[in-house]
Amino acid sequence: MKLTPDDLKRIAHLARITVSEADVAQLQTQLTGIFGLIDELQAVDTTGLEPLSHPLAVVQDMAQRLREDRVTESDQRDANMANAPEQENGLFLVPRVLD
Amino acid sequence: MSFANASLSALRVALDTKQVSATELAEYFLARAEKALTLNAFLHIDRGLTLSQAREADARIARGEAGALTGIPVAHKDIFVTRDWRSTAGSNMLADYISPFDAAVVEKLGGGGGKSGNGAGMVCLGKLNCDEFAMGSSNENSAFGPVKNPWNLTKIPGGSSGGSAAAIAAGLTPAATGTDTGGSLRQPAAMCGITAIKPTYGRVSRYGMIAFASSLDQGGPMAKSAEDCALLLDAMAGFDERDSTSLNSEIAKTPIMARFVAAFASGKPADTGSTLQGMRIGVPKEFFGPGLATDVANAVERALKEFEKLGATRVDISLPRTTLSIPAYYVIAPAEASSNLSRFDGVRYGHRSKKYSDLAEMIANSRAEGFGPEVKRRILTGAYVLSHGYYDAYYLQAQRVRRLIGLDFQEAFKSCDFILGPVAPTTAWDIGAKNNDPVAMYLEDIYTLGVSLAGLPGMSVPCGFGDGNMPVGLQIIGNYFDEGRMLAAAHQYQQVTDWHTRRPEAFS
Repeated sequence: MKLTPDDLKRIAHLARITVSEADVAQLQTQLTGIFGLIDELQAVDTTGLEPLSHPLAVVQDMAQRLREDRVTESDQRDANMANAPEQENGLFLVPRVLD
Repeated sequence: MSFANASLSALRVALDTKQVSATELAEYFLARAEKALTLNAFLHIDRGLTLSQAREADARIARGEAGALTGIPVAHKDIFVTRDWRSTAGSNMLADYISPFDAAVVEKLGGGGGKSGNGAGMVCLGKLNCDEFAMGSSNENSAFGPVKNPWNLTKIPGGSSGGSAAAIAAGLTPAATGTDTGGSLRQPAAMCGITAIKPTYGRVSRYGMIAFASSLDQGGPMAKSAEDCALLLDAMAGFDERDSTSLNSEIAKTPIMARFVAAFASGKPADTGSTLQGMRIGVPKEFFGPGLATDVANAVERALKEFEKLGATRVDISLPRTTLSIPAYYVIAPAEASSNLSRFDGVRYGHRSKKYSDLAEMIANSRAEGFGPEVKRRILTGAYVLSHGYYDAYYLQAQRVRRLIGLDFQEAFKSCDFILGPVAPTTAWDIGAKNNDPVAMYLEDIYTLGVSLAGLPGMSVPCGFGDGNMPVGLQIIGNYFDEGRMLAAAHQYQQVTDWHTRRPEAFS
């Protein structure tokens, strides 16, 4: 599969990563190479096979473990806020989203 | 006594008999690390923190409360978050990140922040360089520069746990942690001539391990020998309710060291040297195909002969989807990465761009500036294979192929106890040789990806040297939960060979 510049811009938007016009050409070549590799999967007959999302499910049932819905974390607001790029009064600051 | 070459049990004896204190041992290894900065193995060293942990360990030893690992130094791959040292994942995105908590592995081994002297009481020497978010096979994807191979400074150390492997090989630390998503413990171990094991998926808690591909990521130990790895793995493994895929079955609770000791202890003619009598080693023909370099093939072949001399029987097996493990992995891992790395938005933590006019642009620019080229390629690939109209054709198809790969291994284990082969097709290559060609780099992972997709335990054991005196690793693949026996078999091999004791001259 050959990716077009438009494909690439669409993916970059989905991934929320800014790509410059200069990046587009290089990424187009590299991702086309990667998709050339992964397109080999299309030729495999997988009729009747369930997708495997947990590796050990090959040999045993692997149910997702659930826990009781209750608060287990202690209040660590200050520690959790310490890495925020911008904050004010214990709140994360972002650019204005409403006029 | 050369502490740099000592086993963990020898260091234990030295500490218990007061030949050395934990503080002196920490000083000794810190001095070696500081003299080897050219390797770029460490991303963060903080002498004061290390020595305060060492004093705690000394106090614990003095109180008679030392465990097998108390006071022994360790260094953590910078994928494990630590409360005191920076936790960068090798990325500019997290260049200044300080975690509010310690990873489960760090809590268990010790060496984290807060309550020092915690867990097993190991003393942390610092954080180790790695490929950005553990994505890479050469350690050249670190935002903080490549790690160099101690055997030849112009060569890569392998990746992504390249800093860990180089630090062990150069004797900068007796023990290190690493993580493996598609080979990141085994391949750098092979390329640096050290021993490492990726356990069964779910054995070691992923809590606090910065996520790359959650259905594949697994932490494990790196050290100089199988025996050292067994000690470390027991201390790292165990159920953790904070990791939704942590295993809590009975078999997962059996201590690995107990199985290690029991594996060949009873009824085996140890005195005749036939310690692996009755063991069947499967040799997959797909691991010895055209892509395998002759020097690697020769070293692995000699290792197989050594296993036969120890009494093992060689069985020819087939893993027919070996080649398909590459495309399956390079769909599943990027898909999971694109989802996991969506958390980096420049709002709550991590890099925030200074150039933006609105929120959407702030997020997209922060991610463009914070992530390196390989991470971006994988996020973009992942976003594509998960997008509307492609999810079935790529992602679900890859997961179906993943099932086939897992079933192939189960079929193979009907006729053998372990699967043996090379870890990587070549020895370490020159820094810069492949880093503009992602596909060429991906193809290097051919022998390790299947094990990761199947969630099986796999290890790398030094088995000789190839061209240019570069180390070669033997891969030992076991069935689920068979780490104890794998480590025991590797230990028997290391009793009759000395490859694991060889050290690069420049760091002897």
